[in-house]
Amino acid sequence: MLSYFIRRLAGAIPTLFLIIAVSFVLVRLAPGGPFDKERKVPATVEAKLIEKYHLDEPLPQQFARYVAGLAQGDFGPSFKYPDRSVSELIGIGFPVSLTLGLSAIALALAAGIGLGIWAALRQNTWIDYLCVGTAMLGIAIPNYVFAPLMTLVFGLMLGWLPVNGWGEPRHMVLPILALAIPQVATITRLTRASMLEVLNSNFVRTARAKGLPEMVTLLRHTIRAALLPVVSYLGPAVANIVTGSVIIEEIFRIPGIGRYFVQGAINRDYTMVLGVTILFGALIILCNLIADLCYSLLDPKVRYD
Amino acid sequence: MTAPLLSVNDLKVHFEIGRRGLFGGARHVLKAVDGVSFDLRPGETLGLVGESGCGKSTLGRAILRLLPLQSGRTVWLGRDLARLAPREMREMRREMQIIFQDPLASLNPRMTAGEIIAEPLVTFRPELKRAEVKQRVQAMMAKVGLLPNQINRYPHEFSGGQCQRIGIARAIINEPRLIVCDEPVSALDVSIQAQIINLLMDLQAEMGLSLIFISHNLAVVRHISHRVMVLYLGKVMEIADRDSLYANPLHPYTQALNSAVPVPDPDIERAKPRVVLKGDLPSPLNPPSGCPFRTRCPRATQVCAECMPALERAGADHMVACHHAAMPDRP
Repeated sequence: MLSYFIRRLAGAIPTLFLIIAVSFVLVRLAPGGPFDKERKVPATVEAKLIEKYHLDEPLPQQFARYVAGLAQGDFGPSFKYPDRSVSELIGIGFPVSLTLGLSAIALALAAGIGLGIWAALRQNTWIDYLCVGTAMLGIAIPNYVFAPLMTLVFGLMLGWLPVNGWGEPRHMVLPILALAIPQVATITRLTRASMLEVLNSNFVRTARAKGLPEMVTLLRHTIRAALLPVVSYLGPAVANIVTGSVIIEEIFRIPGIGRYFVQGAINRDYTMVLGVTILFGALIILCNLIADLCYSLLDPKVRYD
Repeated sequence: MTAPLLSVNDLKVHFEIGRRGLFGGARHVLKAVDGVSFDLRPGETLGLVGESGCGKSTLGRAILRLLPLQSGRTVWLGRDLARLAPREMREMRREMQIIFQDPLASLNPRMTAGEIIAEPLVTFRPELKRAEVKQRVQAMMAKVGLLPNQINRYPHEFSGGQCQRIGIARAIINEPRLIVCDEPVSALDVSIQAQIINLLMDLQAEMGLSLIFISHNLAVVRHISHRVMVLYLGKVMEIADRDSLYANPLHPYTQALNSAVPVPDPDIERAKPRVVLKGDLPSPLNPPSGCPFRTRCPRATQVCAECMPALERAGADHMVACHHAAMPDRP
């Protein structure tokens, strides 16, 4: 198991390198540059800037310089925030997005699995229809519709929660809800579908024939098997959520990492875009690895060695 | 005659097919088991035969209340099973177990053989210590022909025959009095079939089990059963002790089934008379009027379409439901 883990990590290095190389080239292919402004910077100043950030060097040399810096954990200086390095900015923004994202995932797991199991056990009753119908709504309505609606109701009309801001736990409630709702919906549907499949499987019938209490049948035989699809869904979903949502962070004015991504791209802040892309890629690789390891815990047929 | 262990009286299992939809779709009732009655004596094996879809498995599961719908009475040693509360019924499952057709699918793929076999024991005897449970599980594994050191293996690491042995071990670990064997060998190789059948017969002799043995293999049923019941579209056609059913079948359907069993001697096989049935099994959603078998019966007459023949005594331990049971075969 440990050797498998190490081999998977080693295998991630070429993948990550490829991500870096492709995004390095792509971001430079985009028209415009980091120092294009509405008001033209004087030519001498621009030349100085270009020299300072080594943009005058040939591309392979720039790439080598960048990768050498990465190897030491340095994402390079930001082109837009002159005194800050990209590592610093990620260090400030990522914990915020991570806190929000993990809370949203935890909420989505609890609610989604709970509702999915409930719906499956009451299949074709009004409870089932209610759960599935709500889940459909959660998937169909994008969170940039949900988020302002929730702000309107809970923030302005009822006055229970602050409309935006960051720093106190109560600031987190609405963003977490907005992030969690689509996930709750997806996890509910996944759980319900696989629960129904497992509930009708032969070995669950065997468990009932053994004379086990219904609760034991459910916990020991059914749910464990039914959670496998949820686990494989979670890998990429977690990576996606903890890297922040531009929309949610914009709506609630949260200093997370999501908006760096978009701002970086708009400003041609090369190092910023690269830094966030690499972080995202690394997280996806890591989350998928963790999901695979969880698989082997849930299903003995999956063995890694 | 000893008192019956299990007495089934006019058991019916009907499934409603198709719900009333937006446009008022018709409701159909599928009569999977339609008025079956029989007694099962302690230590006896009752064979259940019939074509696919005739209600054999449904009957087996309905007896054990693994199906919700039920009318009629299932009396276990004087107690009506249908009237038991879920808790009481759960207790009763110690006494009555089932072995399923698909040996691998009916075992939880995420539990080891040891855990699967131990689970009924741990459920009903929570006072047992771990070491004792393990010892009993290993003894049980040895009894059914598994190696005790295979206790930590998972179902997919066993062959089909071994999986069925696990299924048998977990069925008998609480020493039940009845086991419903729902086509326990039809998924296995012929050589393994014989081993499993012999294992079941040995266990029956040793533990005094009653078996309800469901199969469409007449040769296997003949080997293991004391009495045999023939089902057609959820109804009993004939029920008799094994020897008279095989030597002297009275119902035309039983005769047709019997003549379809191949004889491993080409001369006899070629020369023997065949009763070949025309057509397919009618839809159980829309069964023929009167006797359900009349559409394929070589002896069918007007009366067969009008009323279902009653199950009548035709010998010491022989009942048959046919208007023309006594008539000889027409050429």
